This record gives sequence, C-alpha cells and structure tokens, in this order.
Amino acid sequence: MDLPVLNRRLFTAIALILTFLASSGALASAQEQSIVVASTTSTRDSGLFDHILPLFTTKSGIEVRVVAQGTGQALDAGRRGDADVVFVHARAQEEEFVQQGFGVRRFDVMYNDFVLIGPRSDPAGIKGSPDIAVALTSIQSKKAAFVSRGDKSGTHFAELGLWKAAGVDIAAVRGPWYKEIGQGMGAALNTASAMDAYVLSDRATWLAFKNRGGLEIVVEGDKRLFNQYGVMLVNPARHPSVKAEPGQRFIDWLISPEGQQAIGEYNIDGQQLFFPNAKQKRS
Amino acid sequence: MSEGLSAWQLIASGDAALISIVRLSLTITLAAVAVAAVVGLPLGALLALTRFPGRSALVVLINGFMGLPPVVVGLTVYLLLSRSGPLGEFGLLFTPAAMVIAQALLVLPIIAALTRQTIEDLWREYRDELTAMGVGPTGRVATLLWDSRFSLITALLAGFGRAAAEVGTVMIVGGNIEGFTRTMTTTIALETSKGDLPLAMGLGAVLIGLILAINAAAWGLRLWSEQRVA
Repeated sequence: MDLPVLNRRLFTAIALILTFLASSGALASAQEQSIVVASTTSTRDSGLFDHILPLFTTKSGIEVRVVAQGTGQALDAGRRGDADVVFVHARAQEEEFVQQGFGVRRFDVMYNDFVLIGPRSDPAGIKGSPDIAVALTSIQSKKAAFVSRGDKSGTHFAELGLWKAAGVDIAAVRGPWYKEIGQGMGAALNTASAMDAYVLSDRATWLAFKNRGGLEIVVEGDKRLFNQYGVMLVNPARHPSVKAEPGQRFIDWLISPEGQQAIGEYNIDGQQLFFPNAKQKRS
Repeated sequence: MSEGLSAWQLIASGDAALISIVRLSLTITLAAVAVAAVVGLPLGALLALTRFPGRSALVVLINGFMGLPPVVVGLTVYLLLSRSGPLGEFGLLFTPAAMVIAQALLVLPIIAALTRQTIEDLWREYRDELTAMGVGPTGRVATLLWDSRFSLITALLAGFGRAAAEVGTVMIVGGNIEGFTRTMTTTIALETSKGDLPLAMGLGAVLIGLILAINAAAWGLRLWSEQRVA
C-alpha cells in the first residue's frame, strides 16, 4: 500500500491543473489588447480575415479573435455581450440590433453578391437567366431540389427575401424538394454537391469552396443579389465588459482608406471577392 | 494553413499552425481528463463503498450521463459562462479554460462510473481484510484506488478518448478561434465545411494516430509498471 505515493500524485495533479487554469485565466487578462469579433462563415471561409487581420494586428497590436457563425447567431452573441464587435451581412437585422440598443452604431464596410448555384444538368432550365425571381419560380414549379441554409444566417435571410420577391410563399409550397439543413454555407454547398441541388451562396464562399462536384453558377448579376456587410461595436453601456476602445479602433481601421484598400486587394486567383464601400460616416 | 497541401505534407513540414493546433488539442484534453480524474476517481470509489438512500438513483444517473449529448453540455456551459450568464464576470467564454470545463463535465461521468464498478468489484475481495485491519473510510478509498490503478487507467483512457474525439462542445464554448481555441476536431469540421475533404480526411487520420499513440504509451506504461510490481 503506497498511500503516500498516491497522495503525492493526486496533489501534483491538482496543483498542475490549478496552475493551468490560473495561467489560462491570467493569459486572458494579460492580453488586454485582444477583441472578440462575432462574424459570419463567409468572411472566414473565403480567407478574407486571414488576409486583413494580420495587417491590422501589426499596425495596432490588437489581436482579433474571430468567432464565425451565422449572422443571427453572431448578433445573438453580441446581444449577450459575448463579443466586442459584430461584423455581419443582414442589414434589417443589424439596424434592429442598433435600434434595440445592443449596438452603438452601424457602418457599411463592403459588399459582394450572392450567386445561385446549381447542377450542370440544370433540371429547372434556368442557367444564364438574368432574373433571380424567374429562376426561383421555375425551381419551385418544377420542384427541383433546393438546399436552404435554414439557420437564420445572412444568406438564409437573403434567400427568404428572394422567394418573397419571386412571389413564392415558401412556407406554404415547400415540399421534399426544399431541404432546410440548418447548417453553414460550406455544409449547404457540400449537401447540394452530393444531391445535385440548387443552393444560394455568397460568391466569396463559393469561390473558395473546393468540393464542387457537378455544381456551377447558374444565376448571377441580378441587382437583388447584392450583399452588404456592416460592422457594429457592441454597446458598452449594456455590457461593461465590452472592450470598446480596441473594438472601435478595429471598426475605424476597417472603414479607413487603409482597411478598405486591404479588403479590395484580397482575391482568389485574381478574382476580387469583396468590394469596399464604407462611407466613413453614420449610416 | 496553406492551400493545396495534404495533411501529411503539413506535418512533415512542421507547419506551425498545425503544430499549435495539435498542442492545444492535447493540452485541453489532458487537462480535462486530469480535472475529471481528480473529482471522478474519489467520487466513484466513495459511491462504491458507501450505502445511503438514493444511492441507486445516483449510480443510474452517473451511468446515464456517460451518454451525455456533447452539444447539450456545450450549450449549458455556454449559457453559464456567457457574459449574460451567472459566471459571465470571469470572461471565460471563447477561451481554452471554457473548453477544459466543458470537456471535464463530459468525461467526469465516464471516469466516475467506471471507477465505481472497478472499486466495487475489488471491494468484495478486500472487504474482510481491510475491515479486520481497521482501515478507515479515507484509507479504504485510497487503498482500493491504488490497488486497482491498472484497471483505472482504462477508465482514464475511455475519458481521454471521448474528450479527444469531441467536436460539438469545444466548437460551442471555444468558438473555433484561429490560433486560440482551434483544435484538431474543429479544424476537421472547418475544412469539411470549406469543401477541402482530402485535408479534412488527412487531419482525421492524424488525430486517430495521436489517439492510438497515447493509448500505446499508456499500455506500455502499464506493462512496465506491472513488471516492476511483480
């Protein structure tokens, strides 16, 4: 019976764990100059953040920690005070967020566009159509397989808006052809690729996506496919834990000529993904 | 992580991002298992040795919690640690500490339940001897834990396996922040969502390799210490 040994080991284990927890807590407080940005999967998966964040961090010394979620979830993280900055793409929801006092002020940052992706066989016969409303009506009437994000993301809100614009009451006419998967853009594209279905995607994620299978862009260029991104500081009056100063510096940098140039420079194989359009004043 | 590289190339080239991801995964998982062991081993032993009203219910509860849905644990810890939650003031959400807490909660029932079973079996053998020797409750727990240490390694490995393979909880409470809370499993999920299935698959193979290596090390340690004891 080596009881002293056991006790010593237990004691060592406890001491190690406490040290670890204490140091990770100390780590969190030592790095005052870090902010949490709740953003969308499109800005991360497209590689935009990998391109612009190092530029900002080098200049400011502020580390940016990105939690990439759907727009609805990202706004919710802001509402709970779990993020310092929210950087998303669903204008109506963003303005509501500011009106309710959760965000300080909303700034336009950049835009890109949505594209309708579909199988090469094009069962709905809409390839090359300039009109997204006509294309969606055709998908619905032919009951061609369509994958919906279904996750309250910016892209999901945009998709619902487009069905409405097409005069299709999707809640009423949906059937087995309309597959709501409740997941991110990548998962939706993977699903569409596996099922030869249509799916609405932001262009940036599509360009960066690798598992395309038989998918290609079928509709693009309709001005209703415009996709605006906005950024907001979470209101420190509501959540005193918000790191307002470094958070606002990040926002100021994003909409500054330097930040705007960095966004505009980012491309994949020469194709620009996001188009800076900050107005640098209250929107 | 650079494009067009396979997971093997990344490892061979000692890709800094991948190494830090592997290190974080191991640190978090081992810390979670250690926390769960410190609580779970004595808890399991006490449960094996004591009789009190409601004990059966507690045993069933702990056994059942071996199958706790990770996403529920993640959500619960998220709500607790959120700035709007009861423990929000500590600012632990989206940090490695939050991931350790969540994984420890997942692993604790496994370690406690397997320990209880092991100790209960051993207690049948030892009861007369320990009673005759007049060993008190603390001494009994310590003796039984120590003498069943080789079997308990399996309990710890089961806990380690669950924590290492887990993605739902760490994704929710860690936020999958690059260079800070991104682990092997959340990287695999991320690469899958980017459609880079070969890289995701390769990283999966790396993770399985790591888990096997740790199990092999534990097995070797067991053989070595059994020989020493003999």
